Amino acid sequence: MLDSVLVANRGEIARRVIRTARRTGMRAVAVYSDADADLPYVREADQAVHIGAVPNPQPARSYLDAAAIIDAARQTGVAAVHPGYGFLAENADFARQVIAAGLTWVGPDPGAIEQMGDKIRARNLMERAGVPVSPGSREPVCDMAAAVAEAERIGYPVMVKAAAGGGGIGMGVAADEAGLRSAFETARSRAERFFGSPEILIERFVERARHVEVQILGLADGRVLALGERDCSVQRRHQKVAEETPSPGVSAGLRERMLAAAVQAGQAVAYRGAGTVECLVDADAGTFVFLEMNTRLQVEHPVTELVTGIDLVEQQFLIAAGEPPSFDPAAVKPFGHALELRIYAEDPVRFLPGPGKITEWAEPAGEGVRVDAGYEAGNTVTPFYDPLMAKLCVHGADRGQALDRARDAVAAFRIAGPKSNLQFHADLLASPEFSTGDYDTSLVSKLRPAQRDRGGVTGG
Amino acid sequence: MAEVRAEMVANVWKVVAAEGDHVDDGDTLVMLESMKMEIPVLAEGPGVVTKMHVAEGDVVQEGDLIASIS
Repeated sequence: MLDSVLVANRGEIARRVIRTARRTGMRAVAVYSDADADLPYVREADQAVHIGAVPNPQPARSYLDAAAIIDAARQTGVAAVHPGYGFLAENADFARQVIAAGLTWVGPDPGAIEQMGDKIRARNLMERAGVPVSPGSREPVCDMAAAVAEAERIGYPVMVKAAAGGGGIGMGVAADEAGLRSAFETARSRAERFFGSPEILIERFVERARHVEVQILGLADGRVLALGERDCSVQRRHQKVAEETPSPGVSAGLRERMLAAAVQAGQAVAYRGAGTVECLVDADAGTFVFLEMNTRLQVEHPVTELVTGIDLVEQQFLIAAGEPPSFDPAAVKPFGHALELRIYAEDPVRFLPGPGKITEWAEPAGEGVRVDAGYEAGNTVTPFYDPLMAKLCVHGADRGQALDRARDAVAAFRIAGPKSNLQFHADLLASPEFSTGDYDTSLVSKLRPAQRDRGGVTGG
Repeated sequence: MAEVRAEMVANVWKVVAAEGDHVDDGDTLVMLESMKMEIPVLAEGPGVVTKMHVAEGDVVQEGDLIASIS
């Protein structure tokens, strides 16, 4: 059993990991930049180590400073490092440095991170393992002429994205050659700037698709479990805004095939720990293709926790220590329906960032309501990090009850100071598409046609 | 004379237009970065950039002047 952990992250996820660590008797150490010194996670940790000044003009320098984080782990004498998501969570070199420092890495083997971090290698590997993939590049596309030829071969519309990328940054859809030229140029410059690699992947774009992912857990004994799916089709700028489980667009038969494929995907890389296999689902045809695998805890993991009753962070700690999970894998039986609404510091119409000092913060409470928040009244949401302030999660005996609880909870949530997208969530929950469950990844642009008006806000 | 102002707290990532440039409606003047998003600031009509009030690396507050166009 691990007795202590340093959480190499900030905000809501640092707080959430610290909560489980302390509940299970571990000593929890936080790291923080000047900008985050007053956040709840810093106070709630047993110890906190300052690792960076106000990170301007290079955002997030502190949480990406591997040497400073490993120093902090040494100074505080912790047994393990938990990376959360984002920042260094999918950085295989960092994982290796943690292990080389004699610490336990709460994540998969660095080799698995590397194999899955390169989206082209990951696609090829999945194809060989028998997991369906969409038509796409088997090698990195490096220049415009190759991109045009590759898109021609694959067939329009295509999705253009960074092979080393994530978080929707630089992703673009092209319906023809002109669109492709512009999307390729954008993707390449973003890929270099954000991911340090210009390699581009082109694949067939599936219209009217649902984005559905499967939570997997690779156990210490080598077994890989699939703990149900999450529907993440509510997206703006290719980034998730709301998630739910089970997916209203996945039949029992399709679910069975997706979960089996996710287990195969995990087994193909001898996966250990919590991971997520992301797929695109054509609900009308009842088919799916592999998109990518995230080798870390996912932002939206709470919906799986709500329906299964399993604490995924606790399982991460147990697996990292080589121990069996706290639950019986043969007896997992999801119950009810869960939703997560991401509360972002952004305006609810155009989704432009709106950081600021929080003058009022009142979280909803009640049966089935769980709020994972990174902030409280008096904190300042700064422009240096991503806009996620909190995750409002609800559980109900069925989807109808979960939706009712979500509507009440959104109405009761009070945030003043920064902008917030609470009104967007109210509109989402009131929309016929979301209410009936008949929606796909185009839903947000239908609800908010105005966001496409001027300019091309990207990233985030 | 049009004044273009920041809509949010952000870092100035790139200054695209220079003083003396002719710009048209919708041309990008600067790229801001806030909360891991890149936000283009656009000209709202044709004109000449008479003054660029920000430099790369600056932090702007909501309402701060970014460029003057006449």
